[in-house]
Amino acid sequence: MGLLSFFKQKKKKNTANLAKERLQILIAHEHANKSRQAPDYLPKLKDEILQVIRKYVHVSEKDVNVNVEKGTDYDVLELNITLPDSKE
Amino acid sequence: MSKVIVVTSGKGGVGKTTSSAAFASGLAAKGHKTAVIDFDVGLRNLDLIMGVERRVVYDFVNVINGESTLKQALIKDKRVENLFILPASQTRDKEALNKEGVESVLNELKEEGFEYIVCDSPAGIEKGAFMALYFADEAIIVTNPEVSSVRDSDRILGILQSRSKAAEEGRTVKEHLLITRYSPDRVEGGDMLSMDDIIEILSVPLIGVIPESGTVLQASNSGNPVIMDKESKAGQAYMDMVCRFLGEDIPLRFVKSEEKKGFFKKLFG
Repeated sequence: MGLLSFFKQKKKKNTANLAKERLQILIAHEHANKSRQAPDYLPKLKDEILQVIRKYVHVSEKDVNVNVEKGTDYDVLELNITLPDSKE
Repeated sequence: MSKVIVVTSGKGGVGKTTSSAAFASGLAAKGHKTAVIDFDVGLRNLDLIMGVERRVVYDFVNVINGESTLKQALIKDKRVENLFILPASQTRDKEALNKEGVESVLNELKEEGFEYIVCDSPAGIEKGAFMALYFADEAIIVTNPEVSSVRDSDRILGILQSRSKAAEEGRTVKEHLLITRYSPDRVEGGDMLSMDDIIEILSVPLIGVIPESGTVLQASNSGNPVIMDKESKAGQAYMDMVCRFLGEDIPLRFVKSEEKKGFFKKLFG
Protein backbone atom coordinates (compact mmCIF):
# COMPACT_ATOMS: atom_id res chain seq x y z
CA MET A 1 0.00 0.00 0.00
CA GLY A 2 1.66 3.20 -1.10
CA LEU A 3 1.20 6.88 -0.62
CA LEU A 4 -1.39 7.16 -3.37
CA SER A 5 -3.65 4.40 -2.08
CA PHE A 6 -3.45 5.82 1.43
CA PHE A 7 -5.12 9.01 0.27
CA LYS A 8 -7.46 7.17 -2.04
CA GLN A 9 -8.72 5.04 0.82
CA LYS A 10 -9.89 8.12 2.71
CA LYS A 11 -12.37 8.89 -0.04
CA LYS A 12 -13.85 5.41 -0.10
CA LYS A 13 -17.56 5.32 0.64
CA ASN A 14 -18.80 3.69 3.81
CA THR A 15 -21.18 1.15 2.29
CA ALA A 16 -21.98 -0.42 5.67
CA ASN A 17 -23.79 2.76 6.70
CA LEU A 18 -25.69 2.72 3.45
CA ALA A 19 -26.71 -0.91 4.11
CA LYS A 20 -27.90 -0.01 7.59
CA GLU A 21 -30.02 2.92 6.36
CA ARG A 22 -31.58 0.87 3.57
CA LEU A 23 -32.41 -1.97 5.95
CA GLN A 24 -33.93 0.31 8.56
CA ILE A 25 -36.22 1.92 6.00
CA LEU A 26 -37.16 -1.39 4.41
CA ILE A 27 -37.89 -3.18 7.67
CA ALA A 28 -39.93 -0.28 9.07
CA HIS A 29 -41.94 -0.34 5.85
CA GLU A 30 -42.46 -4.11 5.96
CA HIS A 31 -43.57 -3.98 9.59
CA ALA A 32 -46.06 -1.20 8.82
CA ASN A 33 -47.48 -3.25 5.95
CA LYS A 34 -47.84 -6.31 8.10
CA SER A 35 -49.75 -4.53 10.84
CA ARG A 36 -52.12 -3.05 8.28
CA GLN A 37 -52.73 -6.44 6.72
CA ALA A 38 -56.16 -7.89 7.50
CA PRO A 39 -56.33 -11.43 8.87
CA ASP A 40 -57.12 -14.25 6.42
CA TYR A 41 -60.46 -15.06 8.01
CA LEU A 42 -61.95 -11.61 7.48
CA PRO A 43 -63.79 -12.20 4.15
CA LYS A 44 -65.34 -15.44 5.44
CA LEU A 45 -66.30 -13.80 8.74
CA LYS A 46 -68.01 -10.96 6.87
CA ASP A 47 -69.87 -13.42 4.67
CA GLU A 48 -71.18 -15.46 7.61
CA ILE A 49 -72.24 -12.37 9.57
CA LEU A 50 -74.12 -11.16 6.51
CA GLN A 51 -75.98 -14.49 6.27
CA VAL A 52 -77.04 -14.34 9.91
CA ILE A 53 -78.29 -10.76 9.63
CA ARG A 54 -80.18 -11.57 6.45
CA LYS A 55 -82.28 -14.08 8.37
CA TYR A 56 -83.88 -11.12 10.10
CA VAL A 57 -83.32 -7.97 8.09
CA HIS A 58 -82.44 -7.46 4.51
CA VAL A 59 -79.08 -5.78 4.20
CA SER A 60 -76.84 -5.60 1.17
CA GLU A 61 -73.18 -6.51 1.21
CA LYS A 62 -72.04 -2.92 1.25
CA ASP A 63 -74.00 -2.26 4.45
CA VAL A 64 -71.73 -4.53 6.46
CA ASN A 65 -68.29 -3.29 7.31
CA VAL A 66 -65.78 -5.50 9.12
CA ASN A 67 -62.44 -4.12 10.14
CA VAL A 68 -59.55 -5.22 12.33
CA GLU A 69 -57.42 -2.58 13.94
CA LYS A 70 -54.12 -3.60 15.50
CA GLY A 71 -53.15 -1.93 18.74
CA THR A 72 -49.98 -2.40 20.74
CA ASP A 73 -51.57 -4.51 23.46
CA TYR A 74 -54.73 -5.78 21.75
CA ASP A 75 -56.50 -5.88 18.41
CA VAL A 76 -59.97 -4.44 17.90
CA LEU A 77 -62.57 -6.10 15.70
CA GLU A 78 -64.84 -3.38 14.42
CA LEU A 79 -68.29 -4.29 13.07
CA ASN A 80 -70.40 -1.69 11.34
CA ILE A 81 -73.82 -2.68 10.05
CA THR A 82 -76.12 -0.14 8.51
CA LEU A 83 -79.73 -1.25 8.84
CA PRO A 84 -82.26 -0.09 6.23
CA ASP A 85 -84.88 2.50 7.22
CA SER A 86 -87.99 0.83 8.59
CA LYS A 87 -90.94 1.74 6.41
CA GLU A 88 -93.67 1.09 8.89
CA MET B 1 -37.20 -29.75 32.20
CA SER B 2 -36.20 -30.08 28.59
CA LYS B 3 -35.90 -27.20 26.19
CA VAL B 4 -36.56 -27.16 22.46
CA ILE B 5 -34.30 -24.72 20.63
CA VAL B 6 -34.68 -23.93 16.93
CA VAL B 7 -31.69 -22.77 14.90
CA THR B 8 -33.16 -20.75 12.05
CA SER B 9 -32.43 -17.87 9.68
CA GLY B 10 -34.80 -17.65 6.74
CA LYS B 11 -31.93 -17.27 4.31
CA GLY B 12 -29.89 -20.27 3.21
CA GLY B 13 -26.15 -20.68 3.46
CA VAL B 14 -25.66 -18.51 6.54
CA GLY B 15 -24.48 -21.34 8.79
CA LYS B 16 -27.57 -22.93 10.37
CA THR B 17 -26.33 -26.50 10.13
CA THR B 18 -22.76 -25.59 11.12
CA SER B 19 -24.16 -23.68 14.10
CA SER B 20 -26.62 -26.45 15.07
CA ALA B 21 -23.82 -29.03 15.01
CA ALA B 22 -21.49 -26.80 17.03
CA PHE B 23 -24.16 -25.71 19.52
CA ALA B 24 -25.46 -29.24 20.17
CA SER B 25 -21.93 -30.63 20.52
CA GLY B 26 -21.05 -27.81 22.91
CA LEU B 27 -24.11 -28.44 25.10
CA ALA B 28 -23.30 -32.16 25.22
CA ALA B 29 -19.62 -31.46 25.97
CA LYS B 30 -20.83 -29.39 28.91
CA GLY B 31 -22.53 -32.50 30.24
CA HIS B 32 -26.10 -32.00 29.04
CA LYS B 33 -27.96 -34.79 27.29
CA THR B 34 -28.66 -33.28 23.88
CA ALA B 35 -30.38 -34.34 20.67
CA VAL B 36 -30.01 -32.49 17.39
CA ILE B 37 -32.68 -33.01 14.72
CA ASP B 38 -32.29 -32.27 11.02
CA PHE B 39 -35.59 -30.78 9.74
CA ASP B 40 -34.34 -30.32 6.18
CA VAL B 41 -36.36 -33.16 4.67
CA GLY B 42 -35.12 -33.97 1.18
CA LEU B 43 -31.81 -32.15 1.67
CA ARG B 44 -30.25 -33.96 4.61
CA ASN B 45 -26.87 -32.50 5.56
CA LEU B 46 -26.50 -32.39 9.33
CA ASP B 47 -25.28 -36.02 9.24
CA LEU B 48 -22.44 -34.95 6.93
CA ILE B 49 -21.40 -31.98 9.06
CA MET B 50 -21.48 -34.22 12.15
CA GLY B 51 -19.51 -36.93 10.35
CA VAL B 52 -22.13 -39.66 10.87
CA GLU B 53 -23.35 -39.98 7.27
CA ARG B 54 -22.32 -43.64 7.04
CA ARG B 55 -24.23 -44.57 10.18
CA VAL B 56 -27.68 -43.41 9.04
CA VAL B 57 -30.10 -46.33 8.94
CA TYR B 58 -33.46 -44.83 9.89
CA ASP B 59 -34.49 -41.18 9.88
CA PHE B 60 -36.92 -38.63 11.37
CA VAL B 61 -39.72 -39.45 8.90
CA ASN B 62 -39.34 -43.21 9.53
CA VAL B 63 -39.94 -42.52 13.23
CA ILE B 64 -42.95 -40.31 12.54
CA ASN B 65 -44.46 -42.98 10.27
CA GLY B 66 -43.80 -45.72 12.80
CA GLU B 67 -41.39 -47.54 10.47
CA SER B 68 -38.71 -47.48 13.13
CA THR B 69 -38.45 -46.66 16.80
CA LEU B 70 -36.83 -43.45 17.97
CA LYS B 71 -34.02 -45.47 19.58
CA GLN B 72 -33.24 -47.15 16.25
CA ALA B 73 -33.07 -43.84 14.41
CA LEU B 74 -31.01 -41.84 16.91
CA ILE B 75 -27.28 -41.92 16.14
CA LYS B 76 -25.08 -41.74 19.21
CA ASP B 77 -22.04 -39.53 18.70
CA LYS B 78 -18.72 -41.32 19.20
CA ARG B 79 -16.72 -38.24 20.21
CA VAL B 80 -18.98 -36.60 22.78
CA GLU B 81 -20.97 -38.32 25.52
CA ASN B 82 -24.65 -37.36 25.74
CA LEU B 83 -24.95 -36.32 22.08
CA PHE B 84 -27.46 -37.88 19.69
CA ILE B 85 -28.29 -37.04 16.08
CA LEU B 86 -31.66 -37.60 14.37
CA PRO B 87 -31.09 -37.35 10.60
CA ALA B 88 -33.62 -35.98 8.11
CA SER B 89 -35.23 -38.17 5.52
CA GLN B 90 -34.23 -37.90 1.86
CA THR B 91 -37.85 -38.27 0.73
CA ARG B 92 -39.19 -35.70 -1.72
CA ASP B 93 -42.60 -35.79 -0.08
CA LYS B 94 -43.17 -32.28 1.25
CA GLU B 95 -45.95 -33.44 3.55
CA ALA B 96 -43.71 -35.92 5.35
CA LEU B 97 -43.57 -33.70 8.44
CA ASN B 98 -46.73 -32.86 10.34
CA LYS B 99 -47.43 -31.22 13.69
CA GLU B 100 -48.67 -34.39 15.39
CA GLY B 101 -45.71 -36.47 14.25
CA VAL B 102 -43.11 -33.86 15.19
CA GLU B 103 -44.75 -33.29 18.55
CA SER B 104 -44.78 -37.01 19.38
CA VAL B 105 -41.06 -37.34 18.56
CA LEU B 106 -40.25 -34.26 20.68
CA ASN B 107 -42.32 -35.65 23.56
CA GLU B 108 -40.59 -39.01 23.37
CA LEU B 109 -37.19 -37.28 23.47
CA LYS B 110 -38.31 -35.34 26.54
CA GLU B 111 -39.41 -38.59 28.21
CA GLU B 112 -36.03 -40.10 27.40
CA GLY B 113 -34.47 -37.37 29.53
CA PHE B 114 -33.00 -35.14 26.86
CA GLU B 115 -32.30 -31.72 28.39
CA TYR B 116 -31.84 -29.90 25.10
CA ILE B 117 -33.43 -30.66 21.75
CA VAL B 118 -31.84 -28.62 18.96
CA CYS B 119 -33.92 -28.28 15.78
CA ASP B 120 -31.83 -27.52 12.70
CA SER B 121 -34.23 -25.65 10.41
CA PRO B 122 -34.12 -25.71 6.62
CA ALA B 123 -33.87 -22.40 4.76
CA GLY B 124 -37.00 -20.61 3.59
CA ILE B 125 -40.33 -20.06 5.31
CA GLU B 126 -42.14 -23.16 4.09
CA LYS B 127 -43.33 -26.30 5.83
CA GLY B 128 -39.97 -27.65 7.03
CA ALA B 129 -38.89 -24.32 8.50
CA PHE B 130 -42.32 -23.85 10.07
CA MET B 131 -42.24 -27.34 11.66
CA ALA B 132 -38.75 -26.71 13.04
CA LEU B 133 -39.80 -23.51 14.81
CA TYR B 134 -43.38 -24.37 15.77
CA PHE B 135 -42.61 -26.17 19.06
CA ALA B 136 -39.59 -24.04 20.03
CA ASP B 137 -39.11 -22.62 23.52
CA GLU B 138 -36.09 -20.63 22.38
CA ALA B 139 -34.71 -19.61 19.01
CA ILE B 140 -31.23 -18.93 17.74
CA ILE B 141 -31.38 -16.61 14.76
CA VAL B 142 -28.31 -17.09 12.59
CA THR B 143 -27.48 -13.92 10.67
CA ASN B 144 -24.64 -12.87 8.39
CA PRO B 145 -23.58 -9.19 8.35
CA GLU B 146 -25.18 -8.71 4.96
CA VAL B 147 -28.43 -7.05 3.83
CA SER B 148 -30.41 -10.03 2.55
CA SER B 149 -29.60 -12.17 5.58
CA VAL B 150 -30.67 -9.42 8.02
CA ARG B 151 -33.92 -8.86 6.15
CA ASP B 152 -34.73 -12.60 6.11
CA SER B 153 -33.92 -12.84 9.83
CA ASP B 154 -36.49 -10.13 10.45
CA ARG B 155 -39.05 -12.15 8.46
CA ILE B 156 -38.41 -15.33 10.41
CA LEU B 157 -38.63 -13.37 13.69
CA GLY B 158 -42.07 -12.19 12.60
CA ILE B 159 -43.16 -15.80 12.01
CA LEU B 160 -41.77 -16.90 15.39
CA GLN B 161 -43.71 -14.12 17.10
CA SER B 162 -46.99 -14.81 15.34
CA ARG B 163 -47.24 -18.45 14.26
CA SER B 164 -45.27 -20.56 16.74
CA LYS B 165 -47.11 -22.70 19.29
CA ALA B 166 -45.82 -20.39 22.02
CA ALA B 167 -47.30 -17.37 20.21
CA GLU B 168 -50.62 -19.16 19.77
CA GLU B 169 -50.71 -19.81 23.52
CA GLY B 170 -49.77 -16.24 24.37
CA ARG B 171 -46.20 -17.07 25.39
CA THR B 172 -43.07 -15.72 23.75
CA VAL B 173 -40.18 -17.65 22.21
CA LYS B 174 -36.93 -16.47 23.77
CA GLU B 175 -34.79 -15.13 20.92
CA HIS B 176 -31.01 -15.07 20.59
CA LEU B 177 -29.03 -13.47 17.79
CA LEU B 178 -25.99 -15.36 16.50
CA ILE B 179 -23.89 -13.45 13.99
CA THR B 180 -21.70 -15.67 11.82
CA ARG B 181 -19.02 -15.00 9.18
CA TYR B 182 -18.05 -11.75 10.90
CA SER B 183 -14.95 -9.91 9.67
CA PRO B 184 -13.83 -7.21 12.12
CA ASP B 185 -11.38 -5.84 9.54
CA ARG B 186 -14.12 -5.27 7.00
CA VAL B 187 -16.42 -3.77 9.64
CA GLU B 188 -13.71 -1.30 10.62
CA GLY B 189 -13.12 -0.53 6.94
CA GLY B 190 -16.80 0.40 6.55
CA ASP B 191 -17.55 -2.48 4.17
CA MET B 192 -19.57 -4.66 6.51
CA LEU B 193 -22.52 -4.11 8.85
CA SER B 194 -21.28 -4.06 12.43
CA MET B 195 -22.73 -6.27 15.16
CA ASP B 196 -24.19 -3.15 16.77
CA ASP B 197 -25.94 -2.24 13.51
CA ILE B 198 -27.50 -5.70 13.27
CA ILE B 199 -28.60 -5.72 16.92
CA GLU B 200 -30.17 -2.29 16.44
CA ILE B 201 -32.04 -3.31 13.29
CA LEU B 202 -33.35 -6.65 14.59
CA SER B 203 -33.57 -5.71 18.29
CA VAL B 204 -32.73 -9.23 19.45
CA PRO B 205 -30.20 -9.84 22.25
CA LEU B 206 -26.84 -11.11 21.04
CA ILE B 207 -25.63 -14.55 22.10
CA GLY B 208 -22.48 -14.77 20.04
CA VAL B 209 -20.37 -13.57 17.14
CA ILE B 210 -18.50 -16.17 15.09
CA PRO B 211 -15.61 -14.76 13.08
CA GLU B 212 -15.17 -15.65 9.41
CA SER B 213 -12.67 -18.46 9.53
CA GLY B 214 -11.16 -21.07 7.28
CA THR B 215 -11.43 -23.64 10.06
CA VAL B 216 -15.21 -23.81 9.57
CA LEU B 217 -14.73 -25.26 6.09
CA GLN B 218 -11.94 -27.53 7.29
CA ALA B 219 -14.22 -28.80 10.04
CA SER B 220 -17.07 -29.58 7.65
CA ASN B 221 -14.62 -31.19 5.22
CA SER B 222 -13.64 -33.64 7.92
CA GLY B 223 -17.07 -34.04 9.52
CA ASN B 224 -16.06 -32.65 12.90
CA PRO B 225 -18.20 -29.92 14.43
CA VAL B 226 -15.99 -26.81 14.48
CA ILE B 227 -16.51 -26.40 18.23
CA MET B 228 -14.27 -29.46 18.75
CA ASP B 229 -11.37 -27.48 17.30
CA LYS B 230 -10.36 -25.74 20.49
CA GLU B 231 -7.46 -23.95 18.80
CA SER B 232 -9.61 -22.17 16.23
CA LYS B 233 -11.24 -18.80 16.85
CA ALA B 234 -14.54 -19.99 15.38
CA GLY B 235 -14.51 -23.02 17.70
CA GLN B 236 -13.76 -20.85 20.72
CA ALA B 237 -16.44 -18.34 19.73
CA TYR B 238 -18.98 -21.18 19.50
CA MET B 239 -17.96 -22.47 22.94
CA ASP B 240 -18.37 -18.94 24.37
CA MET B 241 -21.85 -18.83 22.85
CA VAL B 242 -22.78 -22.19 24.42
CA CYS B 243 -21.56 -20.95 27.83
CA ARG B 244 -23.62 -17.76 27.47
CA PHE B 245 -26.64 -19.86 26.59
CA LEU B 246 -26.09 -21.82 29.81
CA GLY B 247 -26.08 -18.57 31.76
CA GLU B 248 -22.39 -17.76 32.07
CA ASP B 249 -21.26 -14.19 31.67
CA ILE B 250 -18.57 -14.26 29.01
CA PRO B 251 -17.18 -11.23 27.17
CA LEU B 252 -17.14 -11.19 23.37
CA ARG B 253 -13.94 -12.19 21.61
CA PHE B 254 -12.65 -11.81 18.06
CA VAL B 255 -14.88 -8.82 17.29
CA LYS B 256 -12.09 -6.27 16.96
CA SER B 257 -9.53 -6.01 14.21
CA GLU B 258 -6.36 -7.74 15.36
CA GLU B 259 -3.51 -5.51 14.39
CA LYS B 260 -4.02 -1.88 13.81
CA LYS B 261 -1.85 -0.82 10.93
CA GLY B 262 0.24 2.11 12.04
CA PHE B 263 0.44 5.30 10.09
CA PHE B 264 3.82 4.44 8.62
CA LYS B 265 2.79 0.96 7.71
CA LYS B 266 -0.25 2.35 5.92
CA LEU B 267 1.93 4.84 4.15
CA PHE B 268 4.78 2.58 3.12
CA GLY B 269 3.71 -0.96 3.97
